[in-house]
Order: sequence, then C-alpha cells, then structure tokens
Amino acid sequence: MKILVPVKRAIDYNVKVRVKADYSGVDLANAKMAINPFCEIAVEEAVKLKEQGVATEVVVVSIGDKSCQEQIRTALALGADRGIQIDTDEKLDSLQIAKLLSKLVEKESPDLVILGKQSIDSDNNQTGQMLAALTGMPQGTFASKVDIDDNKVKVTREIDGGLQTVQLDLPAVITTDLRLNEPRYASLPNIMKAKRKPLDVMPAADFGVDLSSKVKVLKVNPPAQREGGVKVDSVAELVDKLKNEAKVI
Amino acid sequence: MTVLVYAEHDNNALKGDTAKLISAATQMGGDIHVLVAGSDCAGIAEAAAKIDGVAKVVVADNEAYGHQLAENIAELVVELGKDYDHIVASASTTGKNFMPRVAALLDVAQISDIIGVESPDTFVRPIYAGNAIATVQSEDTIKVITVRAASFDAVGQDNSAPVEASDAVKTSEKSSFVDEQLTESERPELSAADIVISGGRGMQNGENFSLLEGIADKLAAAIGASRAAVDAGFVPNDMQVGQTGKIVAPQLYIAVGISGAIQHLAGMKDSKVIVAINKDEEAPIFQVADYGLVGDLFDILPELEKSI
Repeated sequence: MKILVPVKRAIDYNVKVRVKADYSGVDLANAKMAINPFCEIAVEEAVKLKEQGVATEVVVVSIGDKSCQEQIRTALALGADRGIQIDTDEKLDSLQIAKLLSKLVEKESPDLVILGKQSIDSDNNQTGQMLAALTGMPQGTFASKVDIDDNKVKVTREIDGGLQTVQLDLPAVITTDLRLNEPRYASLPNIMKAKRKPLDVMPAADFGVDLSSKVKVLKVNPPAQREGGVKVDSVAELVDKLKNEAKVI
Repeated sequence: MTVLVYAEHDNNALKGDTAKLISAATQMGGDIHVLVAGSDCAGIAEAAAKIDGVAKVVVADNEAYGHQLAENIAELVVELGKDYDHIVASASTTGKNFMPRVAALLDVAQISDIIGVESPDTFVRPIYAGNAIATVQSEDTIKVITVRAASFDAVGQDNSAPVEASDAVKTSEKSSFVDEQLTESERPELSAADIVISGGRGMQNGENFSLLEGIADKLAAAIGASRAAVDAGFVPNDMQVGQTGKIVAPQLYIAVGISGAIQHLAGMKDSKVIVAINKDEEAPIFQVADYGLVGDLFDILPELEKSI
C-alpha cells in the first residue's frame, strides 16, 4: 500500500518568536526552521508501516517555495521513498492546502494519508480534516495508535475524556498526536542517500486550484505580558497571600 | 444574522463550555440557535434551552450521533447550517475533529480557537503557541468558527427556549465506533475548574501525583500535568495542559515541578493567579508566576496540604 505524508516547514519549536514592529506578522528572518513536530511523527509512522511490510511506498509532499525541499530531504532521510514539492510563493490557508492535497490524492491514489494534527505556527488543526472532507475519506484525527488490518484501519484517538477507538475503511486520512511514536534521528549515511532520492517539483498553478484566501490577517500583536510576581519564603506566606491578597482560596 | 452553536456534551450532560460559546456567539450578533446532536439526548436539549440568549434548540437524536463521529456530525451540521451566517463550536477535541470537515464541505475557511470577537467578521486568535495574537477578518459567507471556551465567561441559565426535533440522519459507512476508555475522576473537569494544580517532570513518578490529590480535594481543584509528565507515563494524556493538550484559564493555577516550557505556558498563561513551586529558581515558570516558592516539592506539598 502507498502512504502519502504531507509535511510542513515551520519555525523550530524551541524558538521564541517575536512579533514584527509593524504588527504585520511574526519575524521569521534568520529563524531556525524545521519539520513541524507533528509532521515528523507522521513520517515516522509511515516509515514504521513500511518496515513492518504493511506499506510499500512512502511519498512525502510539502507545499511552499524552494526552501521546503530541505524538509522533504529530511523526511527522505528518515526513510520516505520519494518527495514532491508543490511549488508556490503564496502563503496558503488550510483550505487551499487541503484542495491542493486532494488533487494530489487523485493523482497518486494513496491508501492512507498521514498528517500532523496541527502545525505549531498557525495552530489551526484543520488540514487533515479538510482533506478528508474533500476526498470523501473517513478520518482518524489525533491518533495515538494505528492498526491496519486488511482494508480497514483502527485508530485510537486522544479525546478530552480519555481515548476513543474508531475503525475506518481505507483509503483514510489520519492525523497524528504526540504520543503516536517517537521519531528517529536521521543517520549521516541516510542523509547522504536522501540526496539521491527522487524529488519532483510541481507548480501549484498546474493544479487548477484557486489559491486566494477569504481570510485576511489584519494585524499580529504580541500577547499581553504578565506582571512579574513575587517570590515567597514559606508555605505559610504563600497560603496567606493566596487567601488575603489574591483571594483565590 | 443567525448563529448556529454546536452544543458540547458527553451524552450524559451538557458541558459548561456551551454557555461560554453562547457568550461568544452573542458578540457575533443575531439569533442564536443551538444544535444538540447525540443519542438519547433529550435531557441535554432541555438543559441547552435554559441558557440565556438561546432563541431555539434543534435536537438531532439518533444513534448515528452517539459517539460524535466526524463523518456523521459534519454532514448533519452542513445540512442544518448552510443557511446560517456563523457556525460555532467549542475548540474541544470534538469541535476540532468535525468543524474543519464542515468548513471544507461548505467550501469556506475555518477560524480556529478564537479568544475574542471584534465584529461579526473579525476575530482574535492566538498563533505560535500563544506567543502572537492575530486579528483576522473573514469574507466567507458562512463563518465556521471554533471557540476557546476558557476565554469567554459563561452566560446565565434563566431561559426557556423552544426545542425542535430534526429528523436528519447521516450515517457514513466508512467509519464506525469501536470503543472508548474514559478517565474516571470525581474532581471537576480540567478545562472548567476554578482551581487547577498541575505536576510536571519534577514529580518524578506517577505515585507522587497522589501528593497533589489531598490539596486538590481541599480546594475542589482539578489536577493537570505538563507534557513531560504525560510523556514519561506518570499520568494519562487527557490531563495534559498546553498547546497540544488542554487550554485552561482558572482563577488559580498551581504549577508544581514544571519548568514552564513555551508549549506548557500556551495552555495556562491566561490563568488569573499563577503559583509556581520549583526547586530551580531559574525556571522560566517564575517569570509568569504571581507567587513563586523555591524549594523541594516533596517538603512543600505535604505542608501546603496541612495549611489550607
């Protein structure tokens, strides 16, 4: 079976972002970029399924300008077989991304699409669900366990009260939660090998998708800063402050 | 203008989030209709009809909606929601699951996890784990929105809106419910509690979380955890507070043995009062804490339990 894994180039999760002085967005110049952590888990899951003999081919796709080829190469070094860059300079919303991916699904007809549940920059948590809707596939979101059996997949999902298991017909869309697996590190030989793996570039314009968005970002502000607090010396003082000063207990 | 609000419930009871969604919906303007979709959910519909500001409750009571499967719920919401100006649900795992499906089927964008309503088409939402706050304007004809319930105050419950049954049944053949394992707890729900006490990696193991229980019982608090504590297997994942877990904004948040990583702060920094208990006085959590106590949590927690 073939697995398609969309990955996103996003700011490294350790970087503390700064809002630009003109409030137009977040300053990404010179910021360290990486594969979005949830996408990395998606790649790991696909590669594991390949190692188990369940999957035969893992195709990685990223949408963006040339710079996202770096993240595709990383995914190839982790064990994916080939990469696709859907080339565009536009800043796309989840809906446009899902539309481009749904066209790619038509072309590639994967049996499974595995995405991260959200990207740590826009924090939308939408693309997988939208892709499932547009392709008519069932969805297993926030997956912490994936079991493939014949033409079905059992997905254990992380929900607010605990865990829920659903069974989906393939082809299906799965989005990964953090506890699905622990991504491996790419070894140097695999990084070298990844350079020779095929990477196709497809212009987004060829997909026949309207890339304009109906959502405008008017401004981006830094969050309200909390006042620096005080350190107390003892439990008694803490309890006294909570009772008499903050009046919260 | 009419707003359709998807009621948040667990098939036993209406969740407190719903009254907070109504508060957000009120700011979008117009009549507010509430959709209760579930199995055997007449009682939940009655509870929803009591929420102030609700003009009508629509109940879709069918086995197909019992486990809130996204495939079925999304089709239902699309059918009932296509004449509304706004479709609103909580940014809970349920809302996050089916709402983007609704948006895509309606061919509109979704605005996720809003924390403010500036006008019927302009909303405020955090990005980059809460390190930036974006104001966005949607030109879509139907605004599909998930709401961070913790950012809105619940409205009152002194209403008696009419309840109307919908006989729409949407059942997908492609997905089915297998089972669920819910975490049993007698404490208040994490996302709705007035006081939350959370443990991190500093708790060292799962048994030590019992040190938090006595305090939580005395304060009627919920117990949370950092991602480090969940990943280390100390506690189940549904206790996780953070960008990738639950977002809470209680009156009092007590962080015990939690360093205060960006992703944890994203889940709790809007709490009214933050207390940090940590032995590392350089821990970033002290930069956001109103009251910090530097010391060994294994000495501090028993003493704290005794003195409250």
